[in-house]
Amino acid sequence: MSVTAFLTDSTLCIGCKACEVACKEWNEVSEDGLEWSGFSYDNTGAVGASTWRHVKFVEHAPTPGLGGNVGEAASWVFSSDVCKHCEEAGCLEACPTGSIVRTEFGGVFVQPDVCNGCGYCVTSCPFGVVERNQKDGRAFKCTFCYDRQKVGLQPACAKACPTESIKFGEIEHLRREARDRVEQLHQRGMDDAVVYDPTETSVGGIHAMFVVRGDPRAYNLPPNPEVPTIYLKKAWTSSAIAAGLLLGGTLLAFLTDGRNGR
Amino acid sequence: MSDAIRISDLQREQRLDEIRRQAEHGQLQVVGVRPAGAPFPQASAANGYYQIPLLKEPPWTWEIPLYFFVGGAAGAAAVIGAIANYTGADRELVQHARWVAAAGSVISPALLIADLGRPERFLAMLRVFKPQSPMSVGVWTLLGFSTGAAAAAFAGFLRARYGPSLPLRVLENAGQAASLAFGLPFSNYTGVLIGATAIPVWNKNAGDLPLHFGMSGLGAAVGILELLGHRKNRALQALGLGAALFEIWEGARIESRSHSHLDPLKHGFSGLVTRTGGVLSGPVPAALRIASLLASRERSSSIRRWASWSSIAGSLITRIAWIQAGHMSARNWRLALEIKDAEDAGAHSADARRSATGKSPNS
Repeated sequence: MSVTAFLTDSTLCIGCKACEVACKEWNEVSEDGLEWSGFSYDNTGAVGASTWRHVKFVEHAPTPGLGGNVGEAASWVFSSDVCKHCEEAGCLEACPTGSIVRTEFGGVFVQPDVCNGCGYCVTSCPFGVVERNQKDGRAFKCTFCYDRQKVGLQPACAKACPTESIKFGEIEHLRREARDRVEQLHQRGMDDAVVYDPTETSVGGIHAMFVVRGDPRAYNLPPNPEVPTIYLKKAWTSSAIAAGLLLGGTLLAFLTDGRNGR
Repeated sequence: MSDAIRISDLQREQRLDEIRRQAEHGQLQVVGVRPAGAPFPQASAANGYYQIPLLKEPPWTWEIPLYFFVGGAAGAAAVIGAIANYTGADRELVQHARWVAAAGSVISPALLIADLGRPERFLAMLRVFKPQSPMSVGVWTLLGFSTGAAAAAFAGFLRARYGPSLPLRVLENAGQAASLAFGLPFSNYTGVLIGATAIPVWNKNAGDLPLHFGMSGLGAAVGILELLGHRKNRALQALGLGAALFEIWEGARIESRSHSHLDPLKHGFSGLVTRTGGVLSGPVPAALRIASLLASRERSSSIRRWASWSSIAGSLITRIAWIQAGHMSARNWRLALEIKDAEDAGAHSADARRSATGKSPNS
């Protein structure tokens, strides 16, 4: 069983949203509202309980004479966002029911038959991916098509992608491919192409890497995502001090005042 | 009707012709209809993704801040009850403290379960124990606390009614010991719970929150016991004063630091709520308690009643404020992307709408 990953290459994405549709079809994800954002062609905004793949439309002011995916300036970029399936996943660590597990393929999977909708994973995801479905009550996110992977199929989004912008495969293989691709793009004059894979932070790398042009922040990809367990030591230390103060203070107060209340 | 449409079409064509004429000269004079809220923020390194917040807001409803309040007060009350018993303080105080803890042991799980998306699956929390999940540790702590506090109060009640017996004494002592042992973490773990999350205003204060919440819970527990009639107890007075002084220090700590992640605690509605909670938890009860020390016996009792109400209200409002601040913090698209305010040159109206934390003048 190999550890798998996505590599989403925004320089190949044409914004067709076939991945979104394929995901919804396969996983029977409910519709996510027909509302206009008023910001761009993107009327969905972000991944959430009913959006497990989400195509971002990063639109720049067009430069006359330059069009498409040229080196000088990308006028319009699309990037299909998805759960990052972190190496150190905040949601997985936070889940009090053990509903969220690591699969044999390295993905992070919410078992819908165990989740009781406490919502703690929602506050623990540094990428704002997992969300509680208010109608259903449980938390939902990309399953990495665990059911498909189980039987040797690739995830529905990668399968449906007509330009191979979404690549699926063995993680180390894709990491190499991402590096090669960025090198290739640099040779073509797209100097702003970068790989987004935060291996340096406490998240320790992700199973859904991205190749994007320009600053990843324009794609709502945080520069320093941190798994919230790093705050535990500080918080529990404070908790222990608080408990000590409460115990010591109460003892002191009652011992020094033996005569009270009689 | 069809005429009206034709005229409208004609006008539109004329307008297009005009734009075309102007475009030939290279300069457009006509400005199109500007949609409400324009100009829209662009996706960029300075604006993030159209200033759409990255983080999801906490999905919790009103039960959770109330749970934080009840749990904090009940945990501290159990500790007071057990210590008062061990040190031989008056029986009535011990019984009252136990009843407060027991009431909390019933209300707390009810609130926690009510907030679940699938309340009928509460027991799923008891299939694992995960030390790395504060929610899991908290649920087990709650379970231990509830069992202990309820057993101690119930056994105490039976003993008072039907006379002492060995099983009752064992149950009472074991329950009391358990409610003390679990009450200590139970009174403040909720600070760890929200401290160890991805929400900036919470995790940046992870080292403060448990102490803050613990002391807030102590203030509320003392207040409740005093309202139950123990307004002459000097130990409670000392504890109430200590908790209030700590809350003054905590408030000063929040106010004296200036970081953009602290903005929700100082600005906007959540800032107002935070400050209200802070004043009611710290300066007001502290001043009243000092005044009560100097006042006559009769006046003292009535002043302490006011101090109690202030501490209780302050504790509840403080929990509401921190949850509200968490919402504001998650809504601030800048924080997660580490974008400084200064980098955003254009003051977009959409920004003001989305980021209710507002722009801090000092960050």
